[in-house]
Amino acid sequence: MKSRLRFTLQLGFTLVVCLFMIVPVAMSVIAGLTENYFVGLQSGLTLRWVNEVWQLYADTIWLSIKLALACLLVTIVIGVPAAYGLLRSRRRWANAIEELLLLPVAVPGLATALALLLAYGSYREFRGSWLFILIGHVLFTLPFMVRAVLSVMQTAKLPQLEEAAASLGAGFRQRFFGVVIPNCMSGILAGALMVVTLSIGEFNITWMLHTPLTKTLPVGLADSYASMRLEIGSAYTLIFLVMVVPLLVAIQWAGKLTQQHH
Amino acid sequence: MRSSVSITLNHCSRTFAGGNTALQPLDLHVNAGETLVLLGPSGCGKTTTLRIISGLESPDNGGQVLFGERDVTALPIEKRDVGMVFQNYALFPNMSVADNIAYGLKIQRLPRAEIAHRLDEVMRMVDLKGFGERRIDALSGGQKQRVALARAIAVLPKVLLFDEPLAALDAKLRDRLRIEIGQLLRELGTTAVYVTHDQDEAMALGDRIAVMQAGRIAQLGTPQEIYHQPANAFVADFIGAVNCLEVIGMQADGGLIVHGGELVATHLQGVSTVYCRPEDIQVVPLSQADIKGKVVQSIFLGQSQRLLVDTGGASPLQIEAPCRQRWPNGTHIGLNLPSSVLFHPEKTNTTDTTKELANG
Amino acid sequence: MTAASKQPSGAASYVSRPSAINNVAARKHLIALLALLPALVIFCAFWLLPFSRLIVMGAEADRSSGISAYLSILTHRQYLISLVTTVGISLVVSITAVAIAGTVGFFLARQRFFGKAVLAAILTFPLAFPGVVVGFLVIMLGGRQGALAQTSLWLFGERWMFAYSLAGLFIGYLYFSIPRVITTVMAACDNLDQSLEEAARSLGANTWQVTKDVIVPGIAPALLSTGAICFATSMGAFGTAFTLGTRLSILPLNIYGEFTNYANFAMAAALSVVLGVITWMALSLARRLAGGNLGASA
Repeated sequence: MKSRLRFTLQLGFTLVVCLFMIVPVAMSVIAGLTENYFVGLQSGLTLRWVNEVWQLYADTIWLSIKLALACLLVTIVIGVPAAYGLLRSRRRWANAIEELLLLPVAVPGLATALALLLAYGSYREFRGSWLFILIGHVLFTLPFMVRAVLSVMQTAKLPQLEEAAASLGAGFRQRFFGVVIPNCMSGILAGALMVVTLSIGEFNITWMLHTPLTKTLPVGLADSYASMRLEIGSAYTLIFLVMVVPLLVAIQWAGKLTQQHH
Repeated sequence: MRSSVSITLNHCSRTFAGGNTALQPLDLHVNAGETLVLLGPSGCGKTTTLRIISGLESPDNGGQVLFGERDVTALPIEKRDVGMVFQNYALFPNMSVADNIAYGLKIQRLPRAEIAHRLDEVMRMVDLKGFGERRIDALSGGQKQRVALARAIAVLPKVLLFDEPLAALDAKLRDRLRIEIGQLLRELGTTAVYVTHDQDEAMALGDRIAVMQAGRIAQLGTPQEIYHQPANAFVADFIGAVNCLEVIGMQADGGLIVHGGELVATHLQGVSTVYCRPEDIQVVPLSQADIKGKVVQSIFLGQSQRLLVDTGGASPLQIEAPCRQRWPNGTHIGLNLPSSVLFHPEKTNTTDTTKELANG
Repeated sequence: MTAASKQPSGAASYVSRPSAINNVAARKHLIALLALLPALVIFCAFWLLPFSRLIVMGAEADRSSGISAYLSILTHRQYLISLVTTVGISLVVSITAVAIAGTVGFFLARQRFFGKAVLAAILTFPLAFPGVVVGFLVIMLGGRQGALAQTSLWLFGERWMFAYSLAGLFIGYLYFSIPRVITTVMAACDNLDQSLEEAARSLGANTWQVTKDVIVPGIAPALLSTGAICFATSMGAFGTAFTLGTRLSILPLNIYGEFTNYANFAMAAALSVVLGVITWMALSLARRLAGGNLGASA
């Protein structure tokens, strides 16, 4: 009886917390689809606001996707070898280097962005291009790719596998592409999902680095929250959720997948 | 010490959520003060049986667990007065050695002086004097297991339960702790159930052994009965090594024709296979041999050697021979298999020798 | 391996053995270094160098006071108050989040019931919402048109609001902290050795005693570590604060204000460095405690 009561109390508390998490999201979704939120749902459902957002902000969405993919490409090309390098370095060095690479995550994005601006802001051409934002995103997401790949490399007993391949006569290139890469695919996948999600949602760095011509989705969101009516902000948020929730689900799924692997 | 109680399981089965049956309906009685060993390969249901006794799991509907006369089926483990020793020690890492051992006593709210006294006594029993303030992670595997043991016996449980307590230790240490646990159990006289997959451990510790297979008890008996009168081929094979000789014919006088020769075994009429242990086969001059064969391999074991002898059957016979003599591969040797050492699980109880051993 | 096998066989190879071994080791380290090089170059050029300049810049004269900006932080009430406010609200948020989400996470990790997976998903999916979105969600809850305002209007005939104050900030920080803590606590509970609980129970401990003596000590490192991550994230949470209003006196908004409104670069740099040092220390502590989790800033 006592345990029954305890269970009910805990479940009730959990449900309250769930409400706290889900109610504002639900309200935002409803607001984005309502004709006039001030009047309420009786004013009717509409896709008008979503359309309007698309007219106003479509370029921010495309830029965010472009940035995320470019960021993914860069983090894979430099992050996977970096993880391998860490795996193969002496423990002390590897720890120190990892600590360094983590700094852009440990330090608030605002500070990183400020540092970038003050150092490279005077290069007009560079400052005004989307590549300037890409730099910020790469700095911020790289540790997530490295960590995801490295942890899979460590649990996959990669050094032993590589030694086995070497004993069979495989050269470095054959080992890297034939043994290393295939065996850390799940880590690359998990890292990739993380990188894309973080890049699409990145605001703190991007807000400082963007120009009127290089607005990303979160920048546009902040813009609409400040200057547009509630319905437009909500519709815009809805579009963002539609883009990012599948990615979050995929991250959880990938996490479970790698867990089962081990 | 608290008086010990008997344990009775009535019709206890256990089916898991997925429909997996871990335990077929089981009846089991452990006498007060007795040590019963549950022995079997992994997945045989021995741990499930132990967990049902402990109260960590409940039997399916209809099952009943009795401690003495008292029905404890509905009681959770914390109300059952058991002491349990876990395979991975399960020592609380946030407490010192002394705090770990005294944990159950503090739960019982015993007076401080009594706790100190009991702690002292138990630490002496398991040879841990002076280790009280140590951190758990500063202990070796053997010391950890001693702490776990001390913690379980400190509360003077009615029943002691062991879940493969020595499985994580290396062979030497295992042997030593096995002897210590045996002494402790005799000293305490507490009813104990001990789960293991190691037959040596089972033989050394068990007053009786229950060999389990696929959720059932395959045989329940004293170590001698289990070894010399195995109830079936599984038990015979699981406990020690065993040779199976296929009977390929029968003489008019009742002798059994096997590969390599002929055996006399009047108590085994009509069987298709006869069994015997490697150490029961003697190497004899060819002229006196029941069976003849050719040595194909000899494995040096230190105190003895294991010969593999090809007699023409499907697999070579295993023979335990003195280690000083040498039989190079290819040597023809003669083997003697007296009637008394031959057995068949369904026809065991008649030979005099095994009877004698079982009672002795 | 490869280097050694190239050595000629016989007595000569015996003599040269030590150098062959050295070659193998050196080659291995060369490959590791080459693999790390691109990432290190980008990191040094675009983070280490700029941030070093930021540190130096923070020592330059502050525009308003004329003394070194680092000193200026310590001597000006306004900056000190905002520093204390930011640290304070982040601490309170972390503790609250750990208490609430710790309870929920433990409940979800240990109980089996219908619909549990859905609850766990609801509680963890806002994990990667950017700060701006969280700020907007707080407006949905506590703004002029928010859930609270509508309810109070209906019940009492007046609009209650909290979104544009420190309370709104608190709710927002709590919102992005809860999923982090729940994820960590659930993982920590899964990793907790179940036999420890069984051992405590076999010695007579009841549920409360098991929780106090086994579970809480067992997941304490995870709780502390996730709390430190929440603290660091809250300290640097610019997006949420930005959405809720630029009048609040907290560090990220101060940095932004000094930079954009007053072009006071030295002060902005100094505040950024101070903020960065605090969050870095908190995250280092978190990593030392738990090893692993990175924790993204919101």
